[in-house]
Amino acid sequence: MKVIVPVKRVIDYNVKVRVKADGTGVDLANVKMSMNPFDEIAVEEAIRLREAGKVEEVVAVSIGVKQAQETLRTALAMGADRAILVVAADDVHTDIEPLAVAKILAGIVKEENPDLVICGKQAIDNDMNATGQMLSALLGWSQATFASEVNLDGDSAVVTREVDGGLQTIKVKTPTIISVDLRLNEPRYASLPNIMKAKKKPLDEKTPADYGVDVTPRLTVVSTSEPATRQAGIIVGSVDELIEKLKEAGAV
Amino acid sequence: MAVLLLAEVTDGALAVDATAKAVTAAAALGDVTVLCAGASAKAAADEAAKINGVAKVLCAEDAALSHRLAEPTAALIVSLAGDYSHIVAPGTTDAKNIIPRVAALLDVMVISEVTGVVDADTFERPIYAGNAIQTVKSGDATKVLTIRTAGFDAAGMGGSASVETIGATADPAMSEWVEDKVAESDRPELTSAGVVVSGGRGVGSEEDFALIEKLADKLGAAVGASRAAVDSGYAPNDWQVGQTGKVVAPDLYVAVGISGAIQHLAGMKDSKIIVAINKDEEAPIFQVADFGLVADLFEAVPELTEKL
Repeated sequence: MKVIVPVKRVIDYNVKVRVKADGTGVDLANVKMSMNPFDEIAVEEAIRLREAGKVEEVVAVSIGVKQAQETLRTALAMGADRAILVVAADDVHTDIEPLAVAKILAGIVKEENPDLVICGKQAIDNDMNATGQMLSALLGWSQATFASEVNLDGDSAVVTREVDGGLQTIKVKTPTIISVDLRLNEPRYASLPNIMKAKKKPLDEKTPADYGVDVTPRLTVVSTSEPATRQAGIIVGSVDELIEKLKEAGAV
Repeated sequence: MAVLLLAEVTDGALAVDATAKAVTAAAALGDVTVLCAGASAKAAADEAAKINGVAKVLCAEDAALSHRLAEPTAALIVSLAGDYSHIVAPGTTDAKNIIPRVAALLDVMVISEVTGVVDADTFERPIYAGNAIQTVKSGDATKVLTIRTAGFDAAGMGGSASVETIGATADPAMSEWVEDKVAESDRPELTSAGVVVSGGRGVGSEEDFALIEKLADKLGAAVGASRAAVDSGYAPNDWQVGQTGKVVAPDLYVAVGISGAIQHLAGMKDSKIIVAINKDEEAPIFQVADFGLVADLFEAVPELTEKL
């Protein structure tokens, strides 16, 4: 069985985001970039499936700027076997929309014929939570989103999902798309020898045109602004003072 | 303009608060038709018909539509989509599962977690865990969106829309439901509660989370948790408040033993009054709190519970 894992290069989750003064977006020049944390969990899950003997090959894919090859090298250092980079933008500020990403991934799936795609449920930059579901729709495959437990079982997968009311378990026919949530696993760190080895693993470079996909955005960004900031509050000295303040504010 | 709104229906019951908040957002876009789908959906449809601003309710009952599986529900919505300019749903986990699939089947971009409707094509939504607000204009023929319910007031009840029964589409039979593990609770639902008390890593254990629950029960509040508390096993996943958990905006939010990572702030900073109790005076949570108490939670929380 072959697994494809899409990974996205995003602003590091510890970096404080700054909106550009001209309102065109968020400043990403000279900012630390990392693999989207949900995608790390997806890579880890794919590698564990291979280590368990259920999967033969793990292919990492990234769609974006040329620098995303660093993100793919991270996936390779974690243990992915090879990588495909689809260079779809020149400017680091260009975000390829989930619909276009899903179309490119669908093209890759048709070439690679995997049985499984494991992706992060959401990228922490655009917070869309859409690519897995869209890819599933385009391929006419089943989908199991927000996974916290995955069990492959022949031509099906039993997946436990994190939902609003608690947990839901479903059984999906393979081939399928699984989007992963936070509690599925704890991703490993790449060791130095593996980082060195990753430099020699194959990394193919492609373009959206190779898959006949137009990445022109469907959504035009009109403006990007800072969220409303809260008024500074006060520090109270005791529980009694807290209760008094809450009563004054009509909160209790 | 005509809007098709997917109601939140769980085991035959309508989630009135989430659906009514989405109706408020949708009513600004055109006449609202609500779709109630499920193995049983008639009672939910009758309830949805009472939400002010709803012009019509469609009721689709079929075994394949039970348990909110994405594939059959998306197929049903796509079969109806031709009559509508907008397809809308409250931003629940069910809708986040289904709606992007609908958008891709219609070859349009989804617009997730809308917090503001500027006009029929233009919407505001948070990005980067709410650290920026983006205004986007859609050029697609059909606008497909989910609504962040914390950003809208619920439409009132008192309407009397007509209810029409419709058939389901063929079941694509790609997925089957196995089980739901849903915690029973008498507490209010997290995303619609007027008061929320949340605990973080500082609470230290699953047993000590009882302190948070006691304070919540005293206040008639829902219980929330930070990601750190959920990851550590102190609290179940459906209590998580934050960028990738639930987004809440209650009248009062009490954060106990929560440091205030940006991912957590993303889920609660629109609350009307925020109280923070933390022994670390440098904790970022104090920067968004209206009232901060620098104290050991194991002393302050029982005292607060007793004196309230």
